[in-house]
Amino acid sequence: MKKIIQLFKQRQKRDMDKTCSSSVKYNEQLILDKEQLQQYAARYDGKLLLEEEFYLPTSLFTLLVREKIITPTPSITASFFTTTCKRCHQSEPQYFATIHCARCEKPHLYCRSCIRMGRVMECTPLYEWTGPPMNWPVHRAPCSWQGELTKAQQHAANRMVKTFEARCSLLIWAVTGSGKTEMLFPTITAALETGKRICIASPRADVVRELVPRLQAAFSSIPIQGLYGGSRDNDGTAQLLVSTTHQLLRFKHAFDLLIIDEVDAFPYHQDLTLQFAASRARKEESSLVYLTATPRKIQRQQMAMNQLDYVFVPARFHGHLLPVPKFIYCAKLQERLVSDELPKEFIHWLHTRKKPSRQLLVFASTITLANKLTEVLQTLFQHDYALHQLQYNITSVHAGDEKREEKVAAFRRHDYHVLITTTILERGVTFPSVDVAVLDASHDVFDEAALVQISGRAGRSQADPTGEVVFFHDGKTNSMVKAQADIMKMNRRAREKIVGEDE
Amino acid sequence: MKRCLYCQEAIYLRVTWNNVVQLNSPSSLCELCEEKLEWIEGKRCVVCSRESPANCCYDCKRWSEFYNGKDPLIRNYSLFTYNDFMKELITTWKYRGDYVLGTIFQDVFKQQYKKNYSFIMKQAIVLPIPLSEERLLERCFNQAAMLGQFISNDVQIGLSRTLSEKQAKKSRFERITMKNPFKQTERLNKPVVLVDDIYTTGRTLRHAAQLLTENGCPEVYSLTLCRA
Ligand SMILES: [Zn+2]
Ligand SMILES: [Zn+2]
Ligand SMILES: [Zn+2]
Ligand SMILES: [Zn+2]
Repeated sequence: MKKIIQLFKQRQKRDMDKTCSSSVKYNEQLILDKEQLQQYAARYDGKLLLEEEFYLPTSLFTLLVREKIITPTPSITASFFTTTCKRCHQSEPQYFATIHCARCEKPHLYCRSCIRMGRVMECTPLYEWTGPPMNWPVHRAPCSWQGELTKAQQHAANRMVKTFEARCSLLIWAVTGSGKTEMLFPTITAALETGKRICIASPRADVVRELVPRLQAAFSSIPIQGLYGGSRDNDGTAQLLVSTTHQLLRFKHAFDLLIIDEVDAFPYHQDLTLQFAASRARKEESSLVYLTATPRKIQRQQMAMNQLDYVFVPARFHGHLLPVPKFIYCAKLQERLVSDELPKEFIHWLHTRKKPSRQLLVFASTITLANKLTEVLQTLFQHDYALHQLQYNITSVHAGDEKREEKVAAFRRHDYHVLITTTILERGVTFPSVDVAVLDASHDVFDEAALVQISGRAGRSQADPTGEVVFFHDGKTNSMVKAQADIMKMNRRAREKIVGEDE
Repeated sequence: MKRCLYCQEAIYLRVTWNNVVQLNSPSSLCELCEEKLEWIEGKRCVVCSRESPANCCYDCKRWSEFYNGKDPLIRNYSLFTYNDFMKELITTWKYRGDYVLGTIFQDVFKQQYKKNYSFIMKQAIVLPIPLSEERLLERCFNQAAMLGQFISNDVQIGLSRTLSEKQAKKSRFERITMKNPFKQTERLNKPVVLVDDIYTTGRTLRHAAQLLTENGCPEVYSLTLCRA
């Protein structure tokens, strides 16, 4: 198809300025040929965007709309009883408010639920690409990874490839440290070899940031982009995307293969708008893979009732068992922590760790406690003779911490020996050799899934496949007991070498 | 169920001395969010409302010198300190465009206007600091105009911008020495109360006040939500 379009001769100067930034320079006449349309298709096909998210000069945008290459669709629909935002699918009334809009000079609704992605208003439509679809290139042997999968990984990988070929859904239940990223490689390879578009989505930006370089190393010739709030490649034009589940709100019928990592993690597991966004981001004929180490009740039920195909990977890639958490009781733990007092049981453990050279990851229940612990531990390290000898450096991170990325990187470089964190580092982030302590494990924020994930931070490398995990508590909770039982059960299954339900 | 306008947490009816006595309409914020709002209390600079032990703070003395003893802005009154929470709230309101968040301040803004400007309320003209046309079309509302409407049914225009708002990113020195970004579109010969969301250096408000005074306005005051 060859489409030749002439652009108006008159344009505002403002438009020219914008054009330069998007690097499409055009003269008095613009001819959009097949090739240029493909460039635009790469940027816009499979998206659902507000006008300002196109970053196109007004005249060009108007032209594309007039030629029905971009088509408007209502952004907020109101029927008699319900109002729905067509971007995030929110329909709870408290998420809609009225704005007295200066653009259209009328009062009307806007959506508060997805406002962080740019404001959706009743008076301005969303736009979809309706021009010639994007033909993603076919890549020959795109995988440059030289490693080898373990038997358990290979088994799961094969199931995943089959799922992809049959355009079905599959859940991979793989314990922490099983090497699930590597299990994805054969399926990603199959998708790239057939010219498909792929997205790996995670509820957490940390995970996205960690995944991009690992994938780039494994697929060195393939352009890969990471999408998260504030990321550099936010235009999402690559064939292989790694994205937060939030960013999926800007996609519609985009992906042939959607992989949702950490499907049980906050906020995805309880946010219906994100779950909606994920299902809309898939093409009608596409495959879906969920990854989790700690499935929630809903997924467990679906597996039990055969509504969700799954494969179980109980073994870690290095073949060693999961570290089982040890419980240490400290009377009046919460009170003591509040009054800047470290429990003597914790200090004793610090003195008697089997491998003091291992880095130490301490999980605290709240930001306040994390900050406080940092101070108190610093003082301890200065005054306690034995610990002083070890020259421990210490820092802390939490969700609102601006230097979070930096500090995690510094810990990875061994600039710090001790890292105190809230639950934000409970998953997705891998350090090769750490001991793990939770203070206080009885706190509500540590649910079963969180505790299993936290325990999974230890013993992650071939060189140091074990590690100590200790829950300091002042009263065993159900979550603690269940988490420990879960881990032991998975270890049992790993020993029995039960791999997958279909064998 | 009523929810906090800011964090969406459920609000349960609180029985406080206030609603026992006068059945105040309950706040649109939950207790936790409301606690994070920091009222300016105690001794403040009589000119700019900053918390200050001195009657007139150092900056305001400098402003007075700058204008040869005739500071065109007689007085600014601010309600809140521009703390981290307020910064976040105003960013969401003004830049992300969550219009309805402005209504959190509807009652208090009106109360404080009555309390602090009762002496001129009858004749004063309420004049919000305008946005440029470009900004207004981008954001779809002017936060200062919204605040102005809380205290007057007859908000005036009177000023427009000749320079855009890019000053938000400028240094203090550049701000002080910059050209007056306003032009007056209407003669106003009654006292004026300027309205804006934040008093930072006082430069913007004084540019407006200077222009108004030069064109025959007898007195210029201002009411701002925050003192940065
Ligand atoms: Zn409108
Ligand atoms: Zn929405
Ligand atoms: Zn709140
Ligand atoms: Zn002052």
